[in-house]
Amino acid sequence: MRRISYCDALREATRQEMLRDPSVFVYGIGVNNHAKVFGTTEGLVEEFGSERCFDTPISEDAMTGFGLGAAIKGMRPIHVHIRVDFLILATNQLLNMVSNYIYSTGGRVKVPLVIRAVVGRGWGQGSQHSKSLFSYFTHIPGLKVIAPTTPYDAKGLLTAAIRDNNPVICLEHRWLYWAEDEVPEEPYEVPIGVGRVLLSGHDITVVALSWMNVEARLAATILHRRGVAVEIVDPRTLAPLDDELIVQSVNRTGRCLVADCDWINSGVSAEIAARVSERCFSRLKSPVRRIGFAHTPCPSVRELENEFYPGAHKIVRMIEDMLGLTAADLSHDDFFSHERRFKGPF
Amino acid sequence: MRTPMHMSMGQEFVSVGVCMALNGRGDIFASYRSHAAFLAQTADTDRFFGELYGRINGIADGKGGSMHLAAPECGHILSSGVVASAIPAAVGAGYANERFNNDRIATVFFGDGALDAGVFWECINTASLFRLPILFVCEDNGFAVHTPRTERHAFNDVCDVVRKFKCAVYEDVSNDVESVYRLTLEATANARADRRPAFLNIKCYRYLEHVGINEDWMIGYRNKSELEFWLSRDSLKIQRERLLSSGLTEVQVVESESEIDRAIQLSVRNAAVAPAPTSELLYEGVFYAAH
Repeated sequence: MRRISYCDALREATRQEMLRDPSVFVYGIGVNNHAKVFGTTEGLVEEFGSERCFDTPISEDAMTGFGLGAAIKGMRPIHVHIRVDFLILATNQLLNMVSNYIYSTGGRVKVPLVIRAVVGRGWGQGSQHSKSLFSYFTHIPGLKVIAPTTPYDAKGLLTAAIRDNNPVICLEHRWLYWAEDEVPEEPYEVPIGVGRVLLSGHDITVVALSWMNVEARLAATILHRRGVAVEIVDPRTLAPLDDELIVQSVNRTGRCLVADCDWINSGVSAEIAARVSERCFSRLKSPVRRIGFAHTPCPSVRELENEFYPGAHKIVRMIEDMLGLTAADLSHDDFFSHERRFKGPF
Repeated sequence: MRTPMHMSMGQEFVSVGVCMALNGRGDIFASYRSHAAFLAQTADTDRFFGELYGRINGIADGKGGSMHLAAPECGHILSSGVVASAIPAAVGAGYANERFNNDRIATVFFGDGALDAGVFWECINTASLFRLPILFVCEDNGFAVHTPRTERHAFNDVCDVVRKFKCAVYEDVSNDVESVYRLTLEATANARADRRPAFLNIKCYRYLEHVGINEDWMIGYRNKSELEFWLSRDSLKIQRERLLSSGLTEVQVVESESEIDRAIQLSVRNAAVAPAPTSELLYEGVFYAAH
């Protein structure tokens, strides 16, 4: 099958839905500039015109309400933010207007609004260009939140989001943009709210979010050398969460590590750990553990950044600890960095 | 009724004049002080009182209440309990109306408190930039909750500021519904012809307290002499005198008023005896469900 990048998968989903449905439009700061939001909006203004793909003033709050009004009136807006940190400027519209409007109509009115936001680690991005804020959005009733990991899921989930009649927030980790994998050319949907097992194993379940699936995969490869079989579950959707898939996996393995690329405190990892504890308590051989950002603002300098971000190295050490194994020699293993990009396949 | 209400008494003529001029073609966005706008646009007293009473014959089974009146199928798109927050959605609706090439006019009502909010200026800028024919209607009653304009604004006249944008500006100090009606017709025609938004600043006065059904002169943030001035030119009084001087008899006017009163009383009675929502309705309607 054809292989394309995560970035191109997002662009293809957008383009195909714009072709299929004239009510779909794309807007946001920089969607039409030379960089085209890492390339995800490349070619759209040329093909569909500035009526359907347009730049906006730096007015995130107004432009989010703009999407709400257009969606209520029957359009399907896709609002793009090059950093999730900038989406926070729209918190009032998101939390006071977008998320509860449908409820105030008794569920009778559609709000087919998609908000895309780029999250995650860059190259010394510091504290205002690097957040994930997954739980910031999953905390709010009325919002669906997706965080695709693979190019296949990026295309399928974004397509499903555009066709959904509710507000959907799509959180895209920028280090995944380079990943390439097999992606069908024709349009398809990956259902929102359904996770998947990225790797099967019987010793421990790692519930990994977004980029952490890449790190978990590398950790699994390293641990496989010493006979440890890791199962990786990618929820793909953060709200609503596919509890059943996670519970089934943990019931099989008896151990659960949640690997988040976000702060741990009050994070999605806490939610998953709580649900696993509630539903798998008698099957757990050890407490649920979590891994995520250090509880500090994100530093810019690489040495501290490496300490701030969790990665395969930390996952391996945590799993060794959970399984009572001695620490393996990792000095010859090669870990991902901004320079050593992950390019797939999964 | 157990829902905080921000009454429109004294200010109703703004909504009525604007909505009558739009003649059903308005897409209305409103603030928490939206009772008048909702009734002017929909005349749906049954679902209005049903919602205030929190009954299943309300707009949203009582989930919205007074501050979140929304009946988009009737052109009242939404109301917001947070100052200025309905304004951007009106800009988006204006964009959608342009794309659909229909004859609807996105119209947003807000008080002068909204002028303090950044998002108001973001929206004036964006609507002007995108050349969207939208009506921004400021019900300028001089107070943001209890704080007068002079303690909030470093400019004397908002109209002077808005004129600097590519936005037409209209002012009205008449307290007269027909004046607002004519102004809206003019603003709408020009907005369409010139492809630019219109800002209507309409002076008015809130008779009752900020929230609730009582008077609030004892608080001391405003003087009752102001009320006496505005009551002397009350918009209902102006309109009633106009109808009588235009040839209608007192009997005809009273008949018409009684008919409206009866319809309202019937809606209130129906709402008061309608069933409350059952507990399972709590979880329904968080997301869209096809009906």
